[in-house]
Amino acid sequence: MATTATTGTTGTTQTAGSPGAGTAAGQQSPGAQQAPTAKQAQRNQRARPPAPPGGGGFLRTLWGSTIGKKVVMAVSGLVMLAYLVAHMLGNLKVFFGPGEMNGYAHWLRTFGEPVLHYEWFLWVVRVVLLAAVVLHGVSAYQLSRRDIAARPVKYQHKRQRTSYATRTMRWGGIILTLFIVWHLLDLTTGTVNPRGQSGHPYENIVAAFRTWYANVIYIVAMLAVGLHIRHGFWSAAQTLGVTKPGTARVLKATSNVLALVLTLGFLSVPLGVMTGVVN
Amino acid sequence: MRLTLRIWRQQDRDEPGAMRTYEVEDISPDMSFLEMLDTLNEALILQGEEPVAFDHDCREGICGACGMVINGQAHGPERTTACQLHMRHFADGDTIDIEPWRAAAFPVVRDLVVDRSALDRVIGAGGYITAPTGSAPEAHATPVPKPTADDAFTHAECIGCGACVAACPNGSAMLFTSAKVNHLNALPQGAPERGTRVLDMVGQMDAEGFGGCTLAGECATACPKGIPLPSIAAMNREFLRAVR
Repeated sequence: MATTATTGTTGTTQTAGSPGAGTAAGQQSPGAQQAPTAKQAQRNQRARPPAPPGGGGFLRTLWGSTIGKKVVMAVSGLVMLAYLVAHMLGNLKVFFGPGEMNGYAHWLRTFGEPVLHYEWFLWVVRVVLLAAVVLHGVSAYQLSRRDIAARPVKYQHKRQRTSYATRTMRWGGIILTLFIVWHLLDLTTGTVNPRGQSGHPYENIVAAFRTWYANVIYIVAMLAVGLHIRHGFWSAAQTLGVTKPGTARVLKATSNVLALVLTLGFLSVPLGVMTGVVN
Repeated sequence: MRLTLRIWRQQDRDEPGAMRTYEVEDISPDMSFLEMLDTLNEALILQGEEPVAFDHDCREGICGACGMVINGQAHGPERTTACQLHMRHFADGDTIDIEPWRAAAFPVVRDLVVDRSALDRVIGAGGYITAPTGSAPEAHATPVPKPTADDAFTHAECIGCGACVAACPNGSAMLFTSAKVNHLNALPQGAPERGTRVLDMVGQMDAEGFGGCTLAGECATACPKGIPLPSIAAMNREFLRAVR
């Protein structure tokens, strides 16, 4: 500021001293006039957005819009998907015997020690997952209500629309929510498990899948999770704006592979118990 | 050709409507779908009945005025507008169901005519460039790379017929809005308002009561102008860029 003031007094007093860009531009050639007006237009644009600046405004704009709610769904869905991949890989420990499976379960509880206390890592994961489930479910509920209200009068001429995976996203989501409740009561708390012995997941798993109903519940749920991921992963990528040309086919293939690998990986455990590979 | 038509008849916005059955004869396979309806209406007028009301204007597939759901498909079985759909795509003796666009944001005005001004209000929220008007600027003043121009033109093809909304299982206007946003946001002339445009237009789209996108892809299949489904992902990216 001090330097501009001195140059102003020594030389071009008029232009440097006048703050009004309009008057200064008025004396200049039409070619040079473009710069200040363009800048001014940009400044006006920055001042105009309806959302107030700051983190609160960002979240409000996001949650207040259909696209924003879809973004919440996409991100929470991807968090759950990442967890499912780790969960499925961990489940495969069951094929290496009770020692390795139960040791792995114990390791999950002592993970991060001594920085973390016993089971803290597991609780951090649980809190993150609970938040993801709640955000995913609430946005799905609100968006679904909106979607149904957007077509109050149905078409008389019914026609099979969209793929099976796309059509079953809502019911699939409800089935999966109910399954999660059953799954926690079965193999986390042991409430509905025939054995339900804490610290012995291998034995609990074998006991559960010796009953017919547990097999039915898990097989239905794992098919539902596969279908959900098949449409969900690709859909999440679209919502997050992945549009590079040529990625569409890669994304659809990735969705299908993820859905298939997770479904087969999860189903291998009940099938292993049923066939006697795991006992 | 001899056809049986089941058409949605509704006196006005508040009266309840119903499907009514009509028989039409002497339909040439070379007639357009609207000419077939004209034939029906001529017969109805001669019988002293109310003709079927439907929107139409250019009849050459570029204005977006006509639109009806034919056998459960927006604009019928071909990927074109109803006026450019020809009767050769139907067989003699067919029964054809004709319904108006169904969406909460598109109230039925009469028979097959719906009020699509919700789309106009989405345009009004930001589907323009704020600039001094006057004579057309010199074309070389603002160079636009060819791929960008092509991308903008792909989206500029949208005629706002509303088939995307009619076809969407959620009655969503995402494809329409994305076409308008991407058209202007791709070009240097639209760049200064890039952020506010997408936020304002999406805000208006939501305010009109359109549903959300579930990536079912029905819209892009129905679009007579071939606006591609990735347009929606491109608008989502513009939205995320603007909201940050």
